[in-house]
Amino acid sequence: MNAPLQDREAALMGMGDSRLRKEDARFIQGKGNYVDDVKLPGMVFMDIVRSPLAHARIKAIHKEEALKIPGVLAVLTAEDLKPLKLHWMPTLAGDVAAVLADEKVHFQMQEVAVVVAENRYAAADGKEAVQVDYEELPVVIDPVQALTSEAPVLREDLASKTEGAHGPRNHPNEIFTWTAGDKEAADKAFESAQVTVKQDMMYPRVHPCPLETCGCVASFDPVRGDLTTYITSQAPHVVRTVVSMLSGIPESKVRIVSPDIGGGFGNKVGIYPGYVCAIVASIVLGRPVKWVEDRIENLSSTAFARDYHMSGELAATADGKIQGLRVDVVADHGAFDACADPTKFPAGLFHICSGSYDIPAAHCSVKGVYTNKAPGGVAYRCSFRVTEAVYLIERMVDVLAQKLDMDKAEIREKNFIRKEQFPYTSAFGFEYDSGDYHTALKQVLDAVDYKGLRAEQAAKRADPNSPTLMGIGLVTFTEIVGAGPSKICDILGIGMFDSCEIRVDPTGSAIARMGTISQGQGHQTTYAQIIATELGIPSEVIQVEEGDTNTAPYGLGTYGSRSTPVAGAAIAMASRKIHAKAKKIAASLLEVGEDDLEWEVDRFKVRGNDDKFKTMKDISWAAYHQPPEGLEPGLEAVHYYDPPNFTFPFGIYLAVVDIDRATGETKIRRFYALDDCGTRINPMIIEGQIHGGLTEGFAVAMGQLLSFDAQGNIQGNSLMDYFLPTAVETPHWETDYTVTPSPHHPIGAKGVAESPHVGSIPTFTAAMVDAFAHVGVTHVDMPHTAFRTWKELKKHNLNLN
Amino acid sequence: MGKKLVSMTINGKKVEEAVEPRTLLVHFLREQLNLTGAHIGCETSHCGACTVDIDGQSVKSCTHLAIQCEDSEILTVEGLAQDGVLHAVQEGFYQEHGLQCGFCTPGMLVRSYRLLKENPNPTEEEIRVGISGNLCRCTGYQNIVKAVQYAAKKLQETAAA
Repeated sequence: MNAPLQDREAALMGMGDSRLRKEDARFIQGKGNYVDDVKLPGMVFMDIVRSPLAHARIKAIHKEEALKIPGVLAVLTAEDLKPLKLHWMPTLAGDVAAVLADEKVHFQMQEVAVVVAENRYAAADGKEAVQVDYEELPVVIDPVQALTSEAPVLREDLASKTEGAHGPRNHPNEIFTWTAGDKEAADKAFESAQVTVKQDMMYPRVHPCPLETCGCVASFDPVRGDLTTYITSQAPHVVRTVVSMLSGIPESKVRIVSPDIGGGFGNKVGIYPGYVCAIVASIVLGRPVKWVEDRIENLSSTAFARDYHMSGELAATADGKIQGLRVDVVADHGAFDACADPTKFPAGLFHICSGSYDIPAAHCSVKGVYTNKAPGGVAYRCSFRVTEAVYLIERMVDVLAQKLDMDKAEIREKNFIRKEQFPYTSAFGFEYDSGDYHTALKQVLDAVDYKGLRAEQAAKRADPNSPTLMGIGLVTFTEIVGAGPSKICDILGIGMFDSCEIRVDPTGSAIARMGTISQGQGHQTTYAQIIATELGIPSEVIQVEEGDTNTAPYGLGTYGSRSTPVAGAAIAMASRKIHAKAKKIAASLLEVGEDDLEWEVDRFKVRGNDDKFKTMKDISWAAYHQPPEGLEPGLEAVHYYDPPNFTFPFGIYLAVVDIDRATGETKIRRFYALDDCGTRINPMIIEGQIHGGLTEGFAVAMGQLLSFDAQGNIQGNSLMDYFLPTAVETPHWETDYTVTPSPHHPIGAKGVAESPHVGSIPTFTAAMVDAFAHVGVTHVDMPHTAFRTWKELKKHNLNLN
Repeated sequence: MGKKLVSMTINGKKVEEAVEPRTLLVHFLREQLNLTGAHIGCETSHCGACTVDIDGQSVKSCTHLAIQCEDSEILTVEGLAQDGVLHAVQEGFYQEHGLQCGFCTPGMLVRSYRLLKENPNPTEEEIRVGISGNLCRCTGYQNIVKAVQYAAKKLQETAAA
């Protein structure tokens, strides 16, 4: 029992340990349990009839031929849902969305009818046989055009409403205009500025595209009157609440299970028509109904991201000190406002757009607009529009540097929030918890020999025959994650706390149940490590369970890098409640006062006496066997953690690109990513998350785009066209870190998985633009494909034949 | 629709089943045989989550008919471990953190298995090209490369022993 301290500590595999993943055993043996693996007795399949047109009136839907197909059981349309009042549903953003198109379709691939059949082949046959008569209507795909006086009214259901969920609507196609910051102060900064710059930029529509598409298996038991639904959801409890509200089934009789999830990246936060229809079909038929979308449906209809038309302005002194920031955005939300943001923030946390810089005056305005495109606007591996915000400010700082002919590292050093300014309140009112940007920047510049790179670039620029253009992209970003304090953050009125329940067993093992749900983040591994360190129970005997609303405490789920900042804190706090009780038990067992005890790794010992102790294992047994008088038996705790603030992870990223002047092809020569996510729980998993986030950022910057033609036809909605990088294109990633703990988080952790996505995208653009900076280019829109880059080369006579 | 009898060997076991001629191999494996390791990610042969090994070749089972497999030898992820001992590629993915959400993993493993049969000592470049028919959205591939290298080393050590 008296093994050396460090051996006892190592045996716990607690925080800081690169513990191998507990999840892997099932996944490497093909024994994962994803939604499409769920098979229930009597289960039938659902497929969706979708609109080929982007804007049209539905004249008639003919079900007869479909119903003749062997195996087809039912065809449901909006008319069938109407008596149940389920043909429309509320969105997370305060709007309503059609479950099945009600008289009119608003975007191509919109859900028009569902076919339920004995197997998936019959359902697909039935889908083909449903005939729909449409009358075409004029299509609007450009949000700026949508706001003109000639634009057709897209949402006839809202035409008379001059007030939306987020204030007045000045045009029938306007959803909201949301502002933050101090306009007067910002305008003043611009009036008196020595230098100002302005840049328009388009953040294109992209899609999170997890490898597993969305789907569910809904199973209503007509005898017991309860509903179980297996679903690809990043927020199962929220789904349960919404399903209960929509269906009228008491929430206690609704069980939502998120089993293994094949990646989410924001795509699996929302509640989709397919889920609702599968549930209705199960209630109607009294049989379990499976619906799993295919890839084309996924890319076309479930939750896109971005689509921000942004314009930024900076005011500065002649020597590069930023005085003011103004931002104006037109946001294309598609046909329904189905953004997944905290209720009070229709543009999410976009007002983090003052970035890592001490900017005295700032103002931003975001106008949400309806168009004939799919609804969405989710946080694609980011925290509520933080990616757009970081892109904006990082681009603007570069534009200013170029205008002033300043080095892009130097201008950042000059404007950083300094270490001693934390906690720092930004012009937009956020209180940044902690940071040390100067140290991190220096670490990166030294590691890559920044001066040497700039010298090499200068030499290449001086050589007219250089076969490549060299670009250096530097980004110094700050994220805002861990939503969030429930006084300002809620989803459908439910505060964005998160929760943990821990039960320690008589034999000293433990089970923890969480309100979050992993989609690959490795929660089963890392959450156990927090408990191990807090309670001295080995990680190996701690079971972590998530995703089943029947057993897990209510939580708001996993997105926006909130699991560690919020649920991670709940674990620490629940552990500390158990720790406090364990101490009472130990004191009783050792017949000393609590004050005479000290905690050491896995035990309480009598102060200064290594031989008088009780291990957590001893204490666990005693809790059930002979609890001290006046103390109830058992050893468990629940904690609902309402964070006092967000957390603010940051990073310094540097990319070097070589652009082939003949073809426009770009080689990512080097990508160096330093991240500071505060306390590091499992370095191996952090590194894996960073590799993944960087690769997704690479995909967005270099190739992803959901575009539409003038008729609203979605272009490139299969993996033939939509860019998911293979191992061949994906660069080699170099990672580094600093540790600046969050002062308000119980273990100082800030969250990490999204930083690499948020930070890398502007780094790639910065590098691409930097390659052209010597000919006066200040910005080039994504995606930086070879063709688009080649056109840029040609435009500036830089192309070689 | 009329069914047709097919027989094949899957993970060393003889299988004889009646299938609709249009049944895709991946649906046959997953729904008829309950071998749910192979996943469906795109249905257009791009993502590789459905990769299985047929007669010594990596095949995307989402665009292959079950009846095309008459008399074939098929290996799926469920057949990689032998007698409760993980195959070297499985061990490699575990040791090198070569997976996160796990959805691409069965396809990646089966592809890596075949890659190392074709080329027992691949360079990093050869590994990257060799797995480029399999997409992963989580890992950025860097640790998958390491996992395959781990497996290559282990297989060579085992062969030399």
